[in-house]
Amino acid sequence: MYSFEFEKPSTIADAVAALGGEDAQALGGGQTLIPTLKQRLAAPTKLVSVSGIAEMKGVCVEDDGSVAIGGATTHATVAREAAGSYPALAALAGQIGDPAVRNRGTIGGSIANNDPAACYPAAVLGSGATIVTNARQIAADDFFEGMFGTALDEGEIITSVRFPVPQAASYQKFLQPASRFALVGAYVARFASGVRVAITGASEDGVFRWSEAEAALDKEFRPDALMGLKINPMNMIGDLHGSKDYRAHLVSVMTKRAVEACM
Amino acid sequence: MPKDSGIGASSKRREDVRFLTGAGNYTDDINVHGQAYVHFLRSDIAHGRINNIDTSAAEGMPGVVKVFTGKDFEGVGGMPCGWEVTDKHGAPMQEPPHPILAQGKVRHVGDPIAAVVADSLEQARDAAEAIEVDIEELTPVLDMKAAAQDGATLVHDDLKNNICYDWQLGEADDAKVDEVFANAAHVTTLDLINNRLVANPMEPRVAVAEYSRGTDEYTLYTTSQNPHVIRLLMCAFVLGLPEHKVRVVAPDVGGGFGTKIFHYAEEAFCTFAAKACNRPVKWTASRSEAFMSDAQGRDHVSTIELALDADNNFVGLRTNTYANLGAYLSTFSSSVPTWLHGTLMAGNYKTPVIQVNVKAMFTNTVPVDAYRGAGRPEATFQLERVIDKAARELGVDPIALRRQNFITQFPYDTPVALTYDTGDYNGTMDKLEAAADLAGFAARRAESEAKGKLRGLGVNCYIEACGIAPSNIVGMLGARAGLYDAATVRVNATGSISVMVGAHSHGQGHETAFPQVVADMIGIDESMVEIVHGDTSKIPFGMGTYGSRSLAVCGSAMVKATEKVIDKAKKIAAHLLEASEADIELKDGQFSVAGTDKSVAWGDVTLTAYVPHNFPLEVEPGLEETAFYDPANFTFPAGAYACEVEVDPETGQVSIEAFTAADDFGNIVNPMIVDGQVHGGIGQGIGQALLENCAYDENGQLLSASFMDYAMPRADDVPFYGVDHSSQTPCTHNPLGVKGCGEAGAIGSPPAVVNAVLDALNSGGRAVDHIDMPVSPSRVWAAMNG
Ligand SMILES: Cc1cc2nc3c(=O)[nH]c(=O)nc-3n(C[C@H](O)[C@H](O)[C@H](O)COP(=O)(O)OP(=O)(O)OC[C@H]3O[C@@H](n4cnc5c(N)ncnc54)[C@H](O)[C@@H]3O)c2cc1C
Repeated sequence: MYSFEFEKPSTIADAVAALGGEDAQALGGGQTLIPTLKQRLAAPTKLVSVSGIAEMKGVCVEDDGSVAIGGATTHATVAREAAGSYPALAALAGQIGDPAVRNRGTIGGSIANNDPAACYPAAVLGSGATIVTNARQIAADDFFEGMFGTALDEGEIITSVRFPVPQAASYQKFLQPASRFALVGAYVARFASGVRVAITGASEDGVFRWSEAEAALDKEFRPDALMGLKINPMNMIGDLHGSKDYRAHLVSVMTKRAVEACM
Repeated sequence: MPKDSGIGASSKRREDVRFLTGAGNYTDDINVHGQAYVHFLRSDIAHGRINNIDTSAAEGMPGVVKVFTGKDFEGVGGMPCGWEVTDKHGAPMQEPPHPILAQGKVRHVGDPIAAVVADSLEQARDAAEAIEVDIEELTPVLDMKAAAQDGATLVHDDLKNNICYDWQLGEADDAKVDEVFANAAHVTTLDLINNRLVANPMEPRVAVAEYSRGTDEYTLYTTSQNPHVIRLLMCAFVLGLPEHKVRVVAPDVGGGFGTKIFHYAEEAFCTFAAKACNRPVKWTASRSEAFMSDAQGRDHVSTIELALDADNNFVGLRTNTYANLGAYLSTFSSSVPTWLHGTLMAGNYKTPVIQVNVKAMFTNTVPVDAYRGAGRPEATFQLERVIDKAARELGVDPIALRRQNFITQFPYDTPVALTYDTGDYNGTMDKLEAAADLAGFAARRAESEAKGKLRGLGVNCYIEACGIAPSNIVGMLGARAGLYDAATVRVNATGSISVMVGAHSHGQGHETAFPQVVADMIGIDESMVEIVHGDTSKIPFGMGTYGSRSLAVCGSAMVKATEKVIDKAKKIAAHLLEASEADIELKDGQFSVAGTDKSVAWGDVTLTAYVPHNFPLEVEPGLEETAFYDPANFTFPAGAYACEVEVDPETGQVSIEAFTAADDFGNIVNPMIVDGQVHGGIGQGIGQALLENCAYDENGQLLSASFMDYAMPRADDVPFYGVDHSSQTPCTHNPLGVKGCGEAGAIGSPPAVVNAVLDALNSGGRAVDHIDMPVSPSRVWAAMNG
């Protein structure tokens, strides 16, 4: 890797200040960023670790019943501490990578990175969560902007993510055989106000809501309601691990399985 | 009763204590005072002409010791190939030069263009980025069949075409083969791809070289399966150094699987640069470098045809294979698709007429060479897949079809140049049928179907030829080396023993199994015997470890040397016991005079050998013997494997529910180690069958260039294996009666997995004719959905 400066502030304000310099970059768990640096694919002048900021860590249930997760909270912590308050989310976190990745990687890093095959974006979009940054609150529907793209501004830090808790939810992940990221992952969340379906891994445009499935499930929340529903393979990812058609097919299968798991 | 020590005991692997507690000494653990680091600038395009390389900026960068390009190696030898194959017209193979650093052209992504030696690795990398390379891109040669056409772009401009050789084995008369097929009652034809693999040993390759100006001596520490072979090739063919001035050490090596047999440019580079820079030079491959510079495996495209008569007897077999050699000839690459592949096409069956045709191709990809099994998996896969297809077409039981055609009389001369000394294929199949409970399969299938899953059973046989030898025969076949091995048994004064062996252990467990043999022969505790290997300055000579040869070849040398030691010790014992040598017996570490109660202990005899006060005058003091052993024939391990899979029809996901191996390895020294070898081999075979795929895109870029896209098998991808090696027909021509077990699992398992998947996909009225490896969910789903 190229050399860089390193800071580890203990408050959000200090972190924001440290990120003010040119080409400074936040460091979460480093599970994506460090390998990128090792391959010399990025050359930040400064890394600002957010892992020393206490107010960005942990899981808590807010007064309105929503579950708030600090932006620097690891996947392992979410798997453990959200198990009672939001089991589907905890289960998703428990399926990310391996123990080493889960003990380091953070929700903020995962969402800021918006890998098209990552798991968290499906939960955030599928739950209609709110991304809280040092500057503002961003609705999930406005946050993800295609593969590796987000609404975050330069130097903006995800301080927490607030999840409304659905009546029932499930994440069904079909593993890409090598990386074990999602080849296709479907997150189905049933709220009193309606059903949300978010799909990850499948699309060239990153995580997306499958509105036809949502409409069908709003009418009737049963696996059969999805019968015959197909997603257009055109925008799907086609690669070594699965064709566009296969991914489109898996979207239906994984969504159906998520609904089954909610029953 | 299982034994608790000696031959036949499952002695615990003593080397694992150091491996599992972080006390191993791997090449990367070796740091030499004052060492510099090398970083190779590698081509990021598959095929191009080098117009210019400007290193001037790099040379001035901080910490840079020296920058090398291909120009620095003009007049230096290139990487040699150790096997000259003669084509079917009698001409030698086309053998292009393989420079240490690219000269004139780059020929694959990863081809080294320049090398920077600097005080630190980061400085070397910084400087490498400052090298300006002007390369004119050329059309990459990737598809083997297109590469074989007249007028195809040439990988090597000086060759007449991209075909290294057009080789044939077996029946040379095409008309005779045509006639057999024309008269056959049934012909089954199958087109197959044997997918390219990356070996991926856990430890990437490393080389550390030092040069002593005072003595003009070199030491190379390297991740090798055969340090003497590296020394010989590097000294004689590449750098032109006298062997006695060069020491090659391969310390603990973290897995090889074939890919650490070969002599690599990086080893020669470090040795050369250590003198040129007058500093030790170290190179440690990153995993990314391993993906584009370790020789890769397999990559055959084949058509196989099987002819059967009206009674379903095999009457003819013809194969046509394109074998990818990559951009250059790696050390033993030329032997893999030929003598290690064509010779195995008879399998376990008495097919009278066989013709094997192989075109070996140069392409703009990483060189391909031996990978666990080397040629034998490719042969077995073709044969065992086409037999299953024939059984399906004919509506007969695939096991019965195999049994009907088994070779049952030994020795057996195959039509493809081998003589099988012994075997019992029906007996081994009986063991498999029992161990795998094949009778219960129908019930298990019904259970799976009740869960909405498809279940399939795949059964196949394999035979392999191990302990490749004798040297005079392999020499006739083109080997530029002998394939014997050597051992020195050095008995110390107090009776403990160091055995210097030419075999190299990089995971196999020699340090445990070899002492079991020596200790058993003398009747002493295993802990009194220690193996020394992996250092040309310590061992007499050695051809190393590959081809499941270690115990069969080097172990035999060790037995011979131990016999010599015992003979001499008996002379000393006879003197001490004042008896005739002929009356001396050795048992449980005691020499005794037959029919008396007079005896002397092993330790007293060995002490006498080194403190020869009361000693036979005609005998030399000391107790150390060396033996070289050149086998009379190959060994022929064989077996039958059964795999049961479940397929999720909705997603195409395959899960392996059961895998049973029945192997005939002849006599067995350590059953636990043999189990482990079979487990590991099957794991790699399952990896090939279900997961692993080294793929290039149309520009010759490696698509599967990291573990994010190259799927290695993990613990939860494989089942608990059933392993039965109670079927034992000892090898008839080596002293231990052993055959070798290291590659069997990787050879026998891919067809079992694929046959099982196809059996599932053809259950319940479904019909799927063919599927290629790796049998990924995506491919299964596509096959099921037309
Ligand atoms: C072997 C392996 C397997 C994996 N498997 C999975 C999987 O199955 N599913 C899955 O979803 N992911 C998987 N991951 C990715 C993992 O979840 C990472 O943790 C995650 O993608 C990045 O999180 P991080 O905290 O490590 O972020 P980092 O790597 O530190 O940073 C990633 C990016 O986010 C930015 N960033 C970090 N924190 C913040 C913040 N608080 N605010 C704003 N920007 C920030 C950084 O600047 C950087 O651009 C895997 C990773 C590995 C190495």
